[in-house]
Amino acid sequence: MDLDSDDRAMLAGDHGEAAAMAMRLLVAVGRGQAAPHLIDIESAHIDGCLYHGRAGLDFARRLVRGGGGVRVPTTLNVSSLDLLHPDLYKGDAVTAGLAMELMDSYVQMGCRPTWTCAPYHLEPRPAFGSQIAWGESNAIVFANSVLGARTNRYGDFMDICCAITGRAPLTGLHTYEGRWGSLVMHVDLAGGLLDDDLTYALIGHVVGRLAGSEIPVLIGLDRRADEERLKALGAAAASSGSIGMVHVVGVTPEALTLEAATGDAPHGVGPVIDERGLETAFRELSRGTGRLGAVSVGTPHMSYESLLRLAAMVEGRRTRLPFYVNTARNTLERAPAQVQLLEAFGATLVTDTCTYITPIMGDIDGDLMTDSAKMAYYAPANLGVTVRLGSLDDCVVSAVQGRVVSSRWDL
Amino acid sequence: MTVGTALVLDEPISMWGGVDVHTGRICEQGHPQHGESLQGKILVMPHGRGSSSSSSVLAELLRTGLGPVGIVLRTQDSILHIGALVAEELYHVSCPVVVSTLDIDGGGVWEIDDGMLRRVEK
Repeated sequence: MDLDSDDRAMLAGDHGEAAAMAMRLLVAVGRGQAAPHLIDIESAHIDGCLYHGRAGLDFARRLVRGGGGVRVPTTLNVSSLDLLHPDLYKGDAVTAGLAMELMDSYVQMGCRPTWTCAPYHLEPRPAFGSQIAWGESNAIVFANSVLGARTNRYGDFMDICCAITGRAPLTGLHTYEGRWGSLVMHVDLAGGLLDDDLTYALIGHVVGRLAGSEIPVLIGLDRRADEERLKALGAAAASSGSIGMVHVVGVTPEALTLEAATGDAPHGVGPVIDERGLETAFRELSRGTGRLGAVSVGTPHMSYESLLRLAAMVEGRRTRLPFYVNTARNTLERAPAQVQLLEAFGATLVTDTCTYITPIMGDIDGDLMTDSAKMAYYAPANLGVTVRLGSLDDCVVSAVQGRVVSSRWDL
Repeated sequence: MTVGTALVLDEPISMWGGVDVHTGRICEQGHPQHGESLQGKILVMPHGRGSSSSSSVLAELLRTGLGPVGIVLRTQDSILHIGALVAEELYHVSCPVVVSTLDIDGGGVWEIDDGMLRRVEK
């Protein structure tokens, strides 16, 4: 792999020990991917600020000790703690202390304390065609697919190595050809289904299962697949599969036509995604016992627009069950009136973290209902809960009635 | 050089959310190999899955000795690769991540030496 003089200087330690280690790791990964050289990146989003054990903290400490600082604007993903509502955390104090140190380390390196898994809701958004290095699987899919920005699937460690060096290996989704769709899938669903938000989460789950590490190209969706729905689709696909980008023909910016999406490379044709496939996906994700215990929405973090919509839905109503709303602190600050409505409804607002990654909800007496396929995918193993999937409207109505109410998906 | 029994997964897993970091066992609900331990094994799967936190979880499993001794994939996965590299950097624990198209489906004992995969015994 060719390194320029600046890369070599970093590698030699001219910019400090942290930059040297970051460059060393970047070069090793780049060689593994047969990258010809590194490229400049414009921004980074760090997934590594969520505490999973000592290894993540040891790494961050090493970088801070070595004088690590980010070279490009860098946002931070969710962490283990809600700094705005610290009383929500029900975990042990030792873990909380280590998680806090991890968070502080990344802020110390110059990252913005945004604490959100939906950095695409923040300004400035990466421009079409810009080269970035993002962690957080759902954010990666959104950046590539919806914004047309270019990032590979970066994991913890790699994200901060890119941010500190301002560089990334030129491979995969950073390249023009590396973004061509490789597996074409037809979506064959009746019109009514395409007006249902949950449909898009279920399509995403199926796409991730079927496409593995391919770049899927979906045909058969239209402009009803708006940003919110693409967000749900991408988050689900990035959970059940190893997906970094999804083309939706006629909808996403690099898929104005099928030919544009697939480029000159040969591509496979996958199974048709039909209503039966979605029913199977629903049954996989929604294995509730029937008794409702709590509701959690906003995985990935709820957008400002959805928060407004949710607040309008709950106005004048009252939940009978614990009801959690995960969103970014930035979004919360923009909607004080809506926050009041949600609190009057009885909702608990969670920022900086998410209910499926850290102990906030405590013991749930019954199923957890959510509108998120990503939450439904991970919560059973993470939290030991049974999950019931429903649309946002279903979640609200069910919370008010204290039992599962389903407008469409009731298998 | 690394030697271990191949644990060939019927479905890929995400290290984060799919493997219990405290036990090294597969915890993804409904996974065909739910409950199996990765410890000391050469983990074989077509590709990674899911979360970008998988790098951290792999590094943590390698730190505590609960992780695999090697990983074989069909396509390169930088999320797993960087997790293994960081464990080597911090703790001098080796877990080579190699890409191979060899038929390993039957399991058996394999070795990874300098990036090359070889069968030791059936």
